[in-house]
Amino acid sequence: MPERDEPMPPVISRRDFVAATGLAACAMAAAGAGVVLADFLRPRVLFEPPTAFLAGPPDAIEVGSVVTHVEQRVYVIRLAEGFRALSAVCTHLGCITRFQPDRNIIACPCHGSQFTLAGDVVTGPAPRALRWLQMSLSEKGELIVDTAVEVPAGTTYRF
Amino acid sequence: MKLPESLIESRVWRSIVRHGIRATNRNRVMAVMESLVLHLHPARVRRRSLEASRTYFLGAISLILFAILTATGLLLMLYYHPSVPQAYDDMKELQFTVSNGMFLRNLHRWPAHAMVIVVFLHMLRVFYHRAYRPPREFNWVIGVVLLLLTLLLSYTGYLLPWDQLAFWAVSVGTNMVKAMPLLGPPIRFLLLGGNVVGENALLRFYVLHCVMLPLAIMFLVALHLWRVRKDGGLAGAGRTGRSERGEA
Repeated sequence: MPERDEPMPPVISRRDFVAATGLAACAMAAAGAGVVLADFLRPRVLFEPPTAFLAGPPDAIEVGSVVTHVEQRVYVIRLAEGFRALSAVCTHLGCITRFQPDRNIIACPCHGSQFTLAGDVVTGPAPRALRWLQMSLSEKGELIVDTAVEVPAGTTYRF
Repeated sequence: MKLPESLIESRVWRSIVRHGIRATNRNRVMAVMESLVLHLHPARVRRRSLEASRTYFLGAISLILFAILTATGLLLMLYYHPSVPQAYDDMKELQFTVSNGMFLRNLHRWPAHAMVIVVFLHMLRVFYHRAYRPPREFNWVIGVVLLLLTLLLSYTGYLLPWDQLAFWAVSVGTNMVKAMPLLGPPIRFLLLGGNVVGENALLRFYVLHCVMLPLAIMFLVALHLWRVRKDGGLAGAGRTGRSERGEA
């Protein structure tokens, strides 16, 4: 008489194997679809206005004046030491600030933040100073400001 | 109203309504079980749970408001293009030239405000009646998601008129999203379909407002109502759930 079978080592049944393989295939397909979807949701080409714009010839701006470019949301400021470009977008929640010539201050209408002409926060909920932006000269000698390129605070330009 | 016997017994009628018309208990139950609309509704309801002070009908009112918003929203879509600056012009055209357009806009606006308030009151009612306790704890979770969806619907709809209020509300709101560490900026980018509140943002908010969020809310409302019944009915004492847990 044959001896009683030893207890079988635990093996995965064919049914469980096929089920697990199928499940893994579905999971991989779902993960792939997720990646493709995430890629799809991210536009490849943006038809947004260019970030760099012409801000006119340097000589047209008097020393000590603040020129507001509302469309691009930028202040071009000329002081004795040179030019600077400040973002007019409030660092709190993105409203457009406004230069107040009588008080020589930049103020935000939304939640009352106030900034100096160096962009530093005077009062209000704004967590950071206004961004300083890169300036350059075009071939025709006009000022170029790029709102996408931030420069360290205190960067002044002489043209 | 009495329908003629020949009609009720006809093959066409019986193919639509399978149970007979005689007022037996079985037919009463079948009338509920076999109707798509009544399917979510329990076959028998306690008289006491229909008292106003039990629910204040806040869930039902939210559902009715959602139905009004769906109907008026579909009509508004017939005169609205989600593009810049056409969206603003369409909104003004609705107000000034479309027949009853202003009425239609307001019929969408006021129920929208009301739905946010009523859904919130519904949550308060459930909270103060301790109706979130077992066996209803998962339905509370679904309810919280429904509240979030209601707020998101309200918020995405806010952008669509493309006026100053809309533009700045969405600028501020998406900047709040950006403040979240790590995930904030990419989520904002995906939400707006770009870096600025522009054409892509309007289109994305439109699709979210008119298709994706309503589909999600409809599915969850169905689940929510179905679970009300499964968890022991309206304001009843979920007996099955408690005995399973060995509670008194």
